[in-house]
Amino acid sequence: MRIEADRGKCDGLGMCEAMAPDFFEVGEDGTVVVLDERPGEEHRQDLAAAVDACPVLALKLT
Amino acid sequence: MTLVVVGASLAGLRAVEAARRTGYRGRVVLVGAEEHLPYDRPPLSKAFLATGGPVAVEPFHSEEVLREVLGVELMLGAPAEGLDIGAREVTVAGTAVRYDALVIATGATARTLPGARTLRTAEDAVAVRAALDRGARTVVIGAGFIGSEVASAARARGLPVTIVEAAAVPLARAVGETAGAALAGLHHEAGTELRLGTEVTGVTEDGVHLAGGEVLPADLVVAGIGAVPATGWLEGSGLVLHERDRGVVCDATLSAGAPGVYAAGDVAHVANPLFDGHLRLEHWTNAAEQGAAAARHALDPASARPLEAVPYFWSDWYGHRIQFVGTPVADEVVTAGDTTLYRRGDRLVGALTVDRPREIMKHRRRIATGAAWADALAFAGTA
Ligand SMILES: Cc1cc2nc3c(=O)[nH]c(=O)nc-3n(C[C@H](O)[C@H](O)[C@H](O)COP(=O)(O)OP(=O)(O)OC[C@H]3O[C@@H](n4cnc5c(N)ncnc54)[C@H](O)[C@@H]3O)c2cc1C
Ligand code: SF4
Repeated sequence: MRIEADRGKCDGLGMCEAMAPDFFEVGEDGTVVVLDERPGEEHRQDLAAAVDACPVLALKLT
Repeated sequence: MTLVVVGASLAGLRAVEAARRTGYRGRVVLVGAEEHLPYDRPPLSKAFLATGGPVAVEPFHSEEVLREVLGVELMLGAPAEGLDIGAREVTVAGTAVRYDALVIATGATARTLPGARTLRTAEDAVAVRAALDRGARTVVIGAGFIGSEVASAARARGLPVTIVEAAAVPLARAVGETAGAALAGLHHEAGTELRLGTEVTGVTEDGVHLAGGEVLPADLVVAGIGAVPATGWLEGSGLVLHERDRGVVCDATLSAGAPGVYAAGDVAHVANPLFDGHLRLEHWTNAAEQGAAAARHALDPASARPLEAVPYFWSDWYGHRIQFVGTPVADEVVTAGDTTLYRRGDRLVGALTVDRPREIMKHRRRIATGAAWADALAFAGTA
């Protein structure tokens, strides 16, 4: 599984970090940093929730 | 099995999406008073009012995606008129729509003031934007978040703007007095005139009339004076509506107290185990999270669990990002630079930041886990 973040779209609202703090963090510049781009399958549910929480649809799971 | 969702905005859309994500294959009917497909409101007072911003309000999804991918039957431009909890029917445009599961997501309607515009819908945003494009001299009534964002948009275009606010400190209910006063400073810095403790007696062609007799000339008058739950259609249904504002009273699982009926978003007063009491929030994240949960719970009541979300909202003024988590109702408020922390007993219960995007979600997690006040102060001091 791969997390793709479109940092151009990201508005830095931090919802992904709120849902899955082990995988996302909003950086100093106000855009998201993906902490682990290739997480294990067991995290799919948490990650799906974080992807869905993004107000500007900047995240994708592939 | 039929899931009916009333209210085709953020909470309603998230309800529909969550229903499909759980694997539910049954009928889904989405009822909306507006003609539009579901669209997002926060940009209406931000990007949409900027010069060179988007010209049209884009929906979250195309009609094709809603119908074909999400399998939603749309009833738009058709407000629900009544609810019969015994027969499990919603009346829409004179016809009864039967439900097994119902999500009420009718949100709130802007409080109006004769002669002034509101900013809640796509039409409102188009009108405000057009006035700004014409170089309007603007008076905003109410120094809340939406009014402040309108002022910010006007200043970004170099236009003159005055905010009139009845309270002596703006945003006291939302963020407390200390932080409210600090945020007011952002208006001064940006050249917005802020009239605090000033009552408006009326709006006419000449402008905005103040209690002292003064008239502020204006081409555009925007009232940002709050919103009321859209529950007229639920009067007499047997659901419990809040005595103060008629919002739908729900337990912590979003159940509105009738079989299969759940509520979400701006319309709902929800019991909150973290902050004792019922909270009705008008925040984006709250509507999104509750919409999804309401649909899951309505479809499978046995799975319903209390929500324990920590409230979160953001606002953008003059290029600054304001973020708030938790509650401002506190025993003590401490401000350190761009961070304000709220203490109740020995716990952290709220945090406000200006331009500190890295910190806010960490505060949110601390609040959710009942972090000790001393630890929170130490974190803010070293962050
Ligand atoms: C201009 C603006 C800017 C905002 N900015 C921010 C921000 O920066 N940060 C933040 O956290 N929040 C912000 N918000 C708040 C956020 O947008 C709301 O909390 C959110 O839209 C609530 O969603 P909702 O679906 O509960 O209700 P609503 O968005 O109010 O939607 C309810 C829908 O139900 C429909 N409806 C009403 N009655 C009926 C009926 N009888 N039958 C059928 N349909 C009906 C309405 O037409 C409406 O489309 C902003 C709001 C506005 C207006
Ligand atoms: S939720 Fe979306 S907008 Fe917010 S920080 Fe994460 S990726 Fe960025």
